[in-house]
Amino acid sequence: MRSIINYLKDIFLGVRSLLKGMKVTSRYFWSPRSIVTEKYPENRKTLVMLERSKGEVIMPHNDKNEHHCTGCGICQINCPNGSIEVISKIIDTEDGKKKKIIDKHIYKLGQCTFCGLCVKTCPSNALAFSTKFEHAVFNKALLIKVLNKPGSQLMKGVEQ
Amino acid sequence: MEEKVKDIDTDEQQEYIINIGPQHPSTHGVMRLVVSLKGETVKNVEPHLGYIHRGIEKMCESLTYQQIIHLTDRMDYLAAHMNNEVVCLAVEKALEIEIPDRVKVIRTLMSELTRIQSHELFWASYGMDLGGQTCYFYGLRDREMVLDIFEETTGGRMIVSYNCPGGVMYDLHPNFQKRVKEFLKHFRKVLPEYDDILTNNVIFHERTVGIGPLSLNEAISYGITGPSGRASGFSCDVRKHEPYSAYDRVKFNEVLYAEGDAFHRYLARVEEMRESMNIIDQLIDNIPEGPYAVKMKPVIRLPEGEYYQRVETPRGELGVFIISDGNKTPYRVHFRTPNFANLSVLNHLVKGFKIADLISIFGSLDFVIPDIDR
Repeated sequence: MRSIINYLKDIFLGVRSLLKGMKVTSRYFWSPRSIVTEKYPENRKTLVMLERSKGEVIMPHNDKNEHHCTGCGICQINCPNGSIEVISKIIDTEDGKKKKIIDKHIYKLGQCTFCGLCVKTCPSNALAFSTKFEHAVFNKALLIKVLNKPGSQLMKGVEQ
Repeated sequence: MEEKVKDIDTDEQQEYIINIGPQHPSTHGVMRLVVSLKGETVKNVEPHLGYIHRGIEKMCESLTYQQIIHLTDRMDYLAAHMNNEVVCLAVEKALEIEIPDRVKVIRTLMSELTRIQSHELFWASYGMDLGGQTCYFYGLRDREMVLDIFEETTGGRMIVSYNCPGGVMYDLHPNFQKRVKEFLKHFRKVLPEYDDILTNNVIFHERTVGIGPLSLNEAISYGITGPSGRASGFSCDVRKHEPYSAYDRVKFNEVLYAEGDAFHRYLARVEEMRESMNIIDQLIDNIPEGPYAVKMKPVIRLPEGEYYQRVETPRGELGVFIISDGNKTPYRVHFRTPNFANLSVLNHLVKGFKIADLISIFGSLDFVIPDIDR
């Protein structure tokens, strides 16, 4: 007799626990306010990324096409896996001195691990993270980027 | 002429061997389990490792101490912050530098948020492993709020790379406190729902209670740490026994159970989320002012010697052992990862149970496979 009562009790408690869980799910099912899904490709225009998100490394340029990069190569030394290559060249300045300037700042997005060491250690704040995150391309070569824009110069006042 | 009939009824020949993995959803990664079955009963489980071995320990030998940090993110990606922290603490211990109070509190807050999001994912995926698909959506929904907090301050969601020797990379975002309080308020509300959906569910009880019991002595001899060890009564919380960062100034309980079955391993994790919320509550309103990092030399050279530091990750005790020969790169780095040690007990737990219980036991130990292989 006792075992039958226990058996029925188990069934009753089991069904009750299931209904309790179903109550939670059905409440979310019927309340549209609790929807948290972002419809990503449709909301691309209104999508705001958080300001610090690490999308890709960029070199900010001002209106006159000037940047802060002196070509010291500290980012290249600090990069753990060789994603950055700084190619510099030596030019003659107006007053007859030889000066080392940056020729190409090559950034291999495909192998970057976004540790942030290049941006953090840059002594002249030449690098920054952009929040652009859609990096998919069909050609692997497009992932190798030159960060300094063509014809750009070092900003005046930035110490060499 | 009579031929002798071969005796095929020996145990060995009746065993049936199947592979679970390397690409099986319930192994949460690339892990291959070779299971010997007799009928439905598991006779033996042999885990095969190394599918995502990347040689992180060897790679560390050619990188400077700042560069190692980003590699440790990739071991236990659900506890990336603790993995960073352990290397930083070891380096700071070796250099004998005093780090500011603010850094200690930031690290503790971030660690506890990491613990909550890791246990949330455990809750979500364990529910899914045992047939509760809804759990996965609810768990990830709440975890997303923590990841947003991380992204706002550190720029990364899972792979945060937030620590550096001497402090943290960036200061806290001005919104940090507000967001954390919002999250705690929301999470306090939904945690009872977690209990309604899964903890008190009768099917879940049938699948977990009494499954894969681990006694205290076995837990100690196998070196099972973290919530899995504490579910067997093994008091092994590094935060309590050897406080690092700001754990010596907060009050919290070590969640201990005596039963040690799959259900209590699960329960220990859910209770730890509550304890983590208490820790955050105590710290969030009094983050000390001050610098967020000590100014370090660009090239860090540790004095010659051996250094060991351990922290408590969501899955157990993580230790790092660094041997330095005075150069800018370490001579040898070894990680004592919790998952690798916890995996050793799997065969012992599963023996004699049914194959469906294997998924239940494997899930309850909460493995992250890259941490095993590293």
